[in-house]
Amino acid sequence: MSLIWLVPAFPFAGFLFLVFSRGLSGRRAGVVGSVAVGLSFAAAVAVFAAFSSAPPAGGSYTLVLWRWFSSGALAPNVALSVDALSLVMILVVTGVGFLIHLFSIEHMVGEEGYARFFAYMNLFVGSMLILVLADNLVLLYLGWEGVGLCSYLLIGFWYRESANGRAARKAFIVTRVGDVSLLVGIFLIALSLGSVDIQEVARRAAVSWPAGSTTAILAAALILGGAVGKSAQLPLQTWLPDAMAGPSPVSALIHAATMVTAGVYLVARSHVIFSLAPPVLLAVAVIGAATLFVAGASAVAQTDIKRVLAYSTMSQIGYMFLALGVGAWTGAIFHLVTHAFFKSLLFLAAGVIINALSDEHDIRAMGGLAKKMPFIFWVFLIGAFGLTALPPVTSGFASKDAIVARVWESGDPGHILWLVAMAGVFLTSLYTFRLLFLVFAERKGTATQAATTKQPAPHASEHEAHVERSGRHGDPSAPVGGIMGAPLAILATLCVVGGFLDFPRMLGGAPVITRFLGTVLPPSMDSGGSTDTVLALLSLAVSLAGIPFGWLLARWAARRAARRGEVVAGAGPAAASPSAGADGAAHRAEPRFASFFKRGWLFDSAYEYLFQRPFEWLCRINKRDIVNRASEALGSLNLFASLVLRRSQTGKIRHYVAGLALGAAIILAVAVIL
Amino acid sequence: MNTPFVVAGVIAIAATLMVIMQRNAVHALLYLIVSLFALAVTMLFLGAAFVAALEIIVYAGAIMVLFIFVVMMIGADSPALKPRSWILPSLLGAVLLGEVVYVLLQRPGGLSFSKIIAIQPKEVGMALLGPYVLGTEIAAFLLLAGLVGAYHLARRRADDNTNVIEEGRR
Amino acid sequence: MTPVSFEYGLALAAILFVLGLVGILVRRNLVFMLLCTEIMLNAAGFAFIVAGARWAQSDGQVMFIFLLAMAGAEVAVGLALILLLFSRGRPLDVDSLSSGEDR
Repeated sequence: MSLIWLVPAFPFAGFLFLVFSRGLSGRRAGVVGSVAVGLSFAAAVAVFAAFSSAPPAGGSYTLVLWRWFSSGALAPNVALSVDALSLVMILVVTGVGFLIHLFSIEHMVGEEGYARFFAYMNLFVGSMLILVLADNLVLLYLGWEGVGLCSYLLIGFWYRESANGRAARKAFIVTRVGDVSLLVGIFLIALSLGSVDIQEVARRAAVSWPAGSTTAILAAALILGGAVGKSAQLPLQTWLPDAMAGPSPVSALIHAATMVTAGVYLVARSHVIFSLAPPVLLAVAVIGAATLFVAGASAVAQTDIKRVLAYSTMSQIGYMFLALGVGAWTGAIFHLVTHAFFKSLLFLAAGVIINALSDEHDIRAMGGLAKKMPFIFWVFLIGAFGLTALPPVTSGFASKDAIVARVWESGDPGHILWLVAMAGVFLTSLYTFRLLFLVFAERKGTATQAATTKQPAPHASEHEAHVERSGRHGDPSAPVGGIMGAPLAILATLCVVGGFLDFPRMLGGAPVITRFLGTVLPPSMDSGGSTDTVLALLSLAVSLAGIPFGWLLARWAARRAARRGEVVAGAGPAAASPSAGADGAAHRAEPRFASFFKRGWLFDSAYEYLFQRPFEWLCRINKRDIVNRASEALGSLNLFASLVLRRSQTGKIRHYVAGLALGAAIILAVAVIL
Repeated sequence: MNTPFVVAGVIAIAATLMVIMQRNAVHALLYLIVSLFALAVTMLFLGAAFVAALEIIVYAGAIMVLFIFVVMMIGADSPALKPRSWILPSLLGAVLLGEVVYVLLQRPGGLSFSKIIAIQPKEVGMALLGPYVLGTEIAAFLLLAGLVGAYHLARRRADDNTNVIEEGRR
Repeated sequence: MTPVSFEYGLALAAILFVLGLVGILVRRNLVFMLLCTEIMLNAAGFAFIVAGARWAQSDGQVMFIFLLAMAGAEVAVGLALILLLFSRGRPLDVDSLSSGEDR
């Protein structure tokens, strides 16, 4: 277990190597990056094995690397702490990360900045691991900032398009709001409890903060603010759909499996503080439920394949927040794990599809891909089933049901929250199957047609920044190569069997994860019995009910697209523009109702009017910079005075004589008066 | 109150006023000569007979005559001045004058009247060549310099065929 | 002789001086300006005389004599300059002279 330091060390080493080596030919950079993460995964597994065979006392083991700084009462170390929660997280991060890196070796071939990509990805994995393994809040914040930075770098990976840069900045700035909140929370904790060490804080908080005290509420609320920003929950959720401007592996790793779950991890880690502040816990649940619903509704109206998945991610993390809020700590983490599986799978598959159709993102232009790309179809189907929690795929099913059951049991607000959760299940099923049908079912999609008949794509290739791609570009029928296919297959398998990690007891499963995490997180009541079965069957029914409606929506969307002809020409990745969807012609003809949902319930517009416009107005009226003028005042005054006095140099003798006389008069006056 | 003194003073002031308001240069000069004469009279009443005589002989007799020569050569006439341009200078002058008069009247003990003692020319001469001999010599230098300068400036060059008066009139 | 108030004398000098000053400020012709300078000089000298009479000493008159010498030299040179300007055809207007116009 003392080898825990290797886990973050490998990715950082990979990053440094890739930064300082120039001109790695071919796929070498990709291999280096993947090997780094792979070794990290191996180390994580080793640590896990050691941990489970000989669990340390108190359920956690800390390896102190060195003292970071010492200032007054604060003396945080750079120390890595291993317990059940962090082990689960690092296994997910390194495992799924490794698979995604493998996938990217082939997927990102031919991209300008290939080595840069892997360098950033490695840096990200390293930062995420630091975040998860940190034993004190300051180190955690370091990792927090690191993943934020990498998110920015990777969203704006194709930096030559200014829209990508805008999306990256938007992500950074919105999460920044959350980061500030978290930072103030850390300050508050340090000030009030005198320590930033996480376990120490938990001990002291339980002792010195009475339940429901203002300090506890404030600290919990501030931490929640940070979590909300990073996890793209209401009200800081606007950045995630636009973050789809980055490459698909980035979306898979950062915006599905790991970074956006950092918020969930943070809340789980600080569960002691949150338990001391029941109103904030309720807020967590409410935020989760609200986001769940808003995002689900928005996902139904999206036309860009990645944006559907982005809103879906938002919605699923809402589930996790909801679980945290009602006290289903282990349920939330379990859902985090399974979500990592099926969401990254979906994103990677979407990446293959987009590439095959020459960068076509609009699902209305797709169709009939089931026949053309069978492997992708099956993989996608498995992911979709996981997302909608349908039985053959166990992971989604198991985790979602755990949450739903817990929500119902959590008292009066629980019933309302359960209703919202059910609505969310319906919406999830709705958008997922709409997506499935639109992309894969047999119909005449323009992009598919163009791709299969090898015609030039209907839209202008503005995105020639990523020029020559792998041979698969624009060719759907090309087989998915081994190094790309293997990760997809592995993820699909994990989706199918992952549920057994915590299968509902009534169906004969064993709560492996719950027990494992029970060493760290408080147990959530597992009432079992008939209520659970009823609830499970109910949510299953709701999910299934979504299928025909999804099909209907898909058919309707396809019909409209076909009627309007080349509506998808020039659409490209609709995620490119930070506010409304970028499909020009389509936008005008779209009904306002659908437009509202498509634009994410107009949060972007609201923020624009609430914050952007006033700030721009302030900047405009301060164009001459009042504060600067104040400091320049002396100089300007001098200049002005000299300009005034310059007028007295007329060159006319009579004026000078008058000046003399005036001077004499003044002096006399002074002498007379004084 | 010495009446002739006051009368002479008034004449001096009136004549000077006319000087500065005249259009015709020669008229102005003649008015100035009148003013100088009036001033000489007041000097007499102050007991400075010597300088009164000098004033008439040198100032009015030499300097003013010099002026008249030149003015008649070049025929200076100025255009009438706009009344508007008198305002500011008059204001300035009035302020200055007011201040000086105010200072004068501030003397404690009111106006002073003293006996006037006539000072003899001999006394002046003794002072000139006594304590003030240096000043006298320097004044001589000054006059010499003026002489040389004036000559040099007004000298006709050997190759210069221009007729001063005609050139100027053209 | 009957007593004379010295304040009146000084006031007279002041008035004449100010009149000369106003004259310089108002008039533009060089000759007139020179003339007004003479007025001012004269007034200053008169003030000296008054002061000398006050103290019944010859110093005031001595000053006046020096002043006379100076005024003479100055007038000579000044008028020579005016003649020079005149022979060059330049207008004898101080404003146009000092604004440096070409001939």
